[in-house]
Amino acid sequence: MKPAVLWRGGSLVALVAVAAAVPLLNNPLVTNVGVFVLMYVGSAVAWNIFSGFTGYISLGAAVFFGTGVYTTALLTEHLKLNGGAVFATYPLGGLAAAVIAVPFGLIALRVRRHTFVVVTIAFFFIFQLMAYDFSWTGGTLGILGPIVNWDPNTFYNPFYYTALIVAVGSAVLAWAIWGSRFGLQLRAIRDDEDRARGLGVKTMRVKLTAFVISAFPMGILGGLYFFLQGQALPEYAFNPFYDLTLALMSFLGGFGTLSGPIFGALLLEPYLGYAQYQVTNAYVAEVVLGALFLAVIIFLPRGILPTVGEKFTSWRVAWVRRSAGAQAAPAEPAGASPAADAVKTGAAGSGAPGGGSQR
Amino acid sequence: MGTFLRAVTDGVLEGGVYGLMAVGLTLIFGVLDIINIAQGIMVVLGAYLTYVLWTHLHIDQFVGLLITIPAMFILGVAVQYLFIRPLRGRERTSMSLLACYAVAIIIEGVLYQIFGSNYVSYTDYWTSPQATVEIGGYYLPYIYLFGFALAVLFVVLIYWMLYRTQFGRSIRATMQDHTAARLIGIDVNRVAALTFGIAVAVTAAGGMVYGTTTAFNPNTGYDLISRLLAIIVLGGMGSIGGALGAAVLMITVESLVDVYWNPQWSVVVFYAVLVLVLVFRPQGMFGRKEARAQ
Repeated sequence: MKPAVLWRGGSLVALVAVAAAVPLLNNPLVTNVGVFVLMYVGSAVAWNIFSGFTGYISLGAAVFFGTGVYTTALLTEHLKLNGGAVFATYPLGGLAAAVIAVPFGLIALRVRRHTFVVVTIAFFFIFQLMAYDFSWTGGTLGILGPIVNWDPNTFYNPFYYTALIVAVGSAVLAWAIWGSRFGLQLRAIRDDEDRARGLGVKTMRVKLTAFVISAFPMGILGGLYFFLQGQALPEYAFNPFYDLTLALMSFLGGFGTLSGPIFGALLLEPYLGYAQYQVTNAYVAEVVLGALFLAVIIFLPRGILPTVGEKFTSWRVAWVRRSAGAQAAPAEPAGASPAADAVKTGAAGSGAPGGGSQR
Repeated sequence: MGTFLRAVTDGVLEGGVYGLMAVGLTLIFGVLDIINIAQGIMVVLGAYLTYVLWTHLHIDQFVGLLITIPAMFILGVAVQYLFIRPLRGRERTSMSLLACYAVAIIIEGVLYQIFGSNYVSYTDYWTSPQATVEIGGYYLPYIYLFGFALAVLFVVLIYWMLYRTQFGRSIRATMQDHTAARLIGIDVNRVAALTFGIAVAVTAAGGMVYGTTTAFNPNTGYDLISRLLAIIVLGGMGSIGGALGAAVLMITVESLVDVYWNPQWSVVVFYAVLVLVLVFRPQGMFGRKEARAQ
């Protein structure tokens, strides 16, 4: 147990160190993609704190992100902020998102499962339409951000480090919650909400707290996104793709695990960023994304990390047994029908690239 | 008074078409316990199929249904067989939701690739000014009437199938209790695949009427699915009558807001009604309590 913890902690520290060193490459394109990757790491981890731990799949996360975007945008516009001062408004964006999460959660968390998903989608659309239709949001034209003339080579660095801090902060928060009494209550709700309530978990309060906590980092990142893009537009602030991508990242890496969303975001966002640059093939990229999604769901239904971990363990057990001299190996494939065999090899073949790169 | 009547008529007629699409969604939920997020984009796909048949082969859209409905049925069965059936385990429900989302993304990407993001609207007999009937001083396009009639016809057919045929009995048994249905010898997998096929097939009809009355592009699928979801949640998920009632009610409310207040806000009111109803009646308007307590 101890070495595993050490190994995990060490690899995490190494990951953060590598991430912190990326801007030193002095390549603005890499840093720019890096900002988005970290933004999605932070968002996916925050999303997972509520949805992953409780099993309530929320497709309304963009409400919090968009609230952050517009809070920072409006503050910047009305207080005429510029440069570094804009960064000071990010926590307020997070706070606004957390405040919005209270009524949102009080209504949406009354229902479960499918209905919850639908209610979050409804909330999402209400917010997007409000951003389009209110006069103080600038409507379809949105709000323009301040123009800064920083050195283009290091332009993205402040954004990068802010996003890194938020991402690491969310991950630490998720880790702290995971092992705590609060985290256990969340996971009890995920396993059986009625029984959890029977055992004395104040389910509504616990769920709402997690919902509000998960909103905060997304609001901060929304503010960051506004300054980075220099513009708040309703279709990008409240973007259905954001909700979907967070869910996909978490499921890809491992839904409801600690490292799953981080891994999923690190894997997926560079691809999405790349696809965005290839505008001519954006639709093909979309189809590939969908196909990838389906492949993950069917072949790695619990996400890459847990499945690969399991495979690795069972493979190691088999290897240990074989080297111990037991002759159980040849008995395995005999019983299966040819059709099942074909399916199996097919599945293994398609699954292999993902598994291989993982190891 | 004229405008009021007109808004209500429009709402009811259009609501019937939404009702048809929502019935498919609620059937899938009842039998398979999953939400087909791809239903919206499948409606758009149906609309594009009709469009292609008209522009390239000059097949009238009502006749084209003879081709598009079987095609969508096959698509539905294939999606269920390939992507929904293999899912197992505790997270089956949420995984199936995401699988349907993935299917939706793929269809959307393909449609964008082929047709681009420009809005498409039909220009044929059914959208021409001749195809209208004058009622009480305003012109009602035939397509609203025929579309509504078509929706009613399909809903009646679905009801007949559910309550008067052996297959319908197996569907209802599966809706009530999967395990028990399997125990008395119902091939639950077959029922699930065919139900999915039927539910997707009706989107061909819904898409045809939708495409005739509204301009659409691949992005329209999001708008449609969020409305359909609101409708089936409001009606009580798994309740067919509820879906119909909720569709007519919601679209009428929307059309009234359109006329009396501002078209910009009609969609907000649409979702606000949903949220309000759920605050006071989490099981939906017609949902049974036990069905909600999952």
